[in-house]
Amino acid sequence: MSNRREFLKVAGVAAIGLGASPVIMNAVASSGGEQSEKQEVQINKGENALSARQWAMVIDTRKLKTAEDIEPLVDACHKIHNVPKHEIKRHEIKWIWETEFKHAFPDMHTEYLSETAEHSPFLVLCNHCQNPPCCRACPTEATFQREDGIVLMDFHRCIGCRFCMAACPFGARSFNFRDPRPFIAETNKKFPTRMKGVVEKCNFCAELLAEGKMPACVEASNGAIAFGDLDDPESEVRKLLKENFTIRRKQGLGTEPSVYYIV
Amino acid sequence: MLELAIKGSKKYYGWLGLLAAVAGAGVLVWLWQLDFGLGITGMSRDVSWGFYIAQFTFLVGVAAGGVMVVLPYYLHDYKAFGRITILGEFLAISALTMCLLFIMVDLGQPMRMLNVIFYASPHSMLFWDMIVLNGYLFLNIVIGWNVLEAERNGTHYGKWHKPFIYLSSPWAVGIHTVTAYLYCGLPGRGFWLTAILAPRFLSSAFAAGPALLILLCLIIRRVTNFDPGKEQIQNLARIVTYAIIINVFFFLCEVFVAFYSQIPEHMDHIKYLFVGLHGHGSLVPYMWTSMILMTVAILMLLPPSFRQNEGLLAVSCVLVFVGTGIDKGLGMISGGFVPNPLHEVNEYAPTIPELIVTLGVWAAGFLVLTLLFKMAVSVKEEVRA
Repeated sequence: MSNRREFLKVAGVAAIGLGASPVIMNAVASSGGEQSEKQEVQINKGENALSARQWAMVIDTRKLKTAEDIEPLVDACHKIHNVPKHEIKRHEIKWIWETEFKHAFPDMHTEYLSETAEHSPFLVLCNHCQNPPCCRACPTEATFQREDGIVLMDFHRCIGCRFCMAACPFGARSFNFRDPRPFIAETNKKFPTRMKGVVEKCNFCAELLAEGKMPACVEASNGAIAFGDLDDPESEVRKLLKENFTIRRKQGLGTEPSVYYIV
Repeated sequence: MLELAIKGSKKYYGWLGLLAAVAGAGVLVWLWQLDFGLGITGMSRDVSWGFYIAQFTFLVGVAAGGVMVVLPYYLHDYKAFGRITILGEFLAISALTMCLLFIMVDLGQPMRMLNVIFYASPHSMLFWDMIVLNGYLFLNIVIGWNVLEAERNGTHYGKWHKPFIYLSSPWAVGIHTVTAYLYCGLPGRGFWLTAILAPRFLSSAFAAGPALLILLCLIIRRVTNFDPGKEQIQNLARIVTYAIIINVFFFLCEVFVAFYSQIPEHMDHIKYLFVGLHGHGSLVPYMWTSMILMTVAILMLLPPSFRQNEGLLAVSCVLVFVGTGIDKGLGMISGGFVPNPLHEVNEYAPTIPELIVTLGVWAAGFLVLTLLFKMAVSVKEEVRA
């Protein structure tokens, strides 16, 4: 009996040691201990890359009157980002889509809404909040906020717990309930496809900004959407914000959305 | 002591076999889910957590409920509960097993599970939930096992257990508090955004956990030579009575705040659950069933003469367990997601594969429970003989 117990003790300690070793190694490596040489991660920006302190978007809803005005924007985004078209609604994935005023701004809905607000389609997408609750909720840092304010997803780190989806007050996130690849009509080789079991959402076209290009929806909008640095008083978005009265979605929640709407 | 768990009658083996078969069916469907993705469940981008997470939440409560026998014994020196503390601890172990399994089957990429440790993120409540749940599991295994072994050997458990024992009571409160924090700290989810969510979770936990324990005690008395004791069962019944009343009271507090303030974001979810919203109300019958069960249970538990009748008490305990189970294991999670953040009503219903996986997890948990209880009861029989 005592022999067996001794054996179990030793085996147990050994198992704990084995399990913990990678963590310890990581801790040493990341703290830059004496043994391991400190490795500075350096990310070089492209020559033409666009940069900002805080990217923001201003959507002029007066210029997007009908569903036909909006469709090309949605298509442009979903096409370059390999967003699948699922047949079953439950599995649906969307990065940017159109909805009604009462759904985009449920807290501002009134029975006596202006004709235009009542009948215009409203474009909704991830707000790239300055104070994002999704990043707070994520247990693995798979969703994170970049220095330029963009909230991104690391599809390879995401464990698919969907805590970020519960945390998002804008319903901006989708989950791959099944392998999306068979449902992509034409794959864009320049952007990764996703696998089942991970969350995804709008990335403010971080991959295009890195090449010096504007986001796809902005390009397709014929000037209805402006995109720029909120921190730069000379930027187009700041000019629009100065000249027009704008609203943001669910401002009362304190998430500080970076998408503004001119109504 | 493990050998005690595998020595038993034919009936005992039959029961184990049945549980293993159901758990096995669950594993098979889970393998299918791994292959296809979570699309085989009823969840969607609007109701992104469903039955799995709801069952998880309910069972964290059952695990925490075990503390209701541990605390009076160790902290108040209420000797009578000494007979059954081990049952509370072993119930917690099996409930936690189910909790962890439910988390695992709910993950989209379970093979990346350890990322929660590799990229530890203290700002995420899920990180803390992982710590408290695993910690509580560890505490209960250490305490339960060693105390039982000491009892078997006729010795007193080692002094080094004391800190663990004292730690385990606040830790039990901790597991359900952190689990409530998963939900109640999210902006824009009006149903959960309430400071009373953690207390509510605890009150239903302290009703459901001890209610299940009473039922298990009654079963043990029937099928073994160990009697958990009349006094013990009666005192557990008192705890259940208080807890279920407080649970209903807390719920009424929520209803008052939502409907007197008339803030739509807070009212809409309760409306959806109890009267339906914009013509959708698939959960309405379940929620009323839950409320009726809990109310009838209170009426049956309050008069001492009813409570002292063990047959009636058993019925009350079933009502409490099922009532809180529907409330938390069905309404609490879907209710928070409907209507969605855009105020659209997209309902959720679990699918058959989802239900099989759920049953499988429950069976696995009861398999663990059966083995542990068999061990505990065999030791008790041995000591008494």
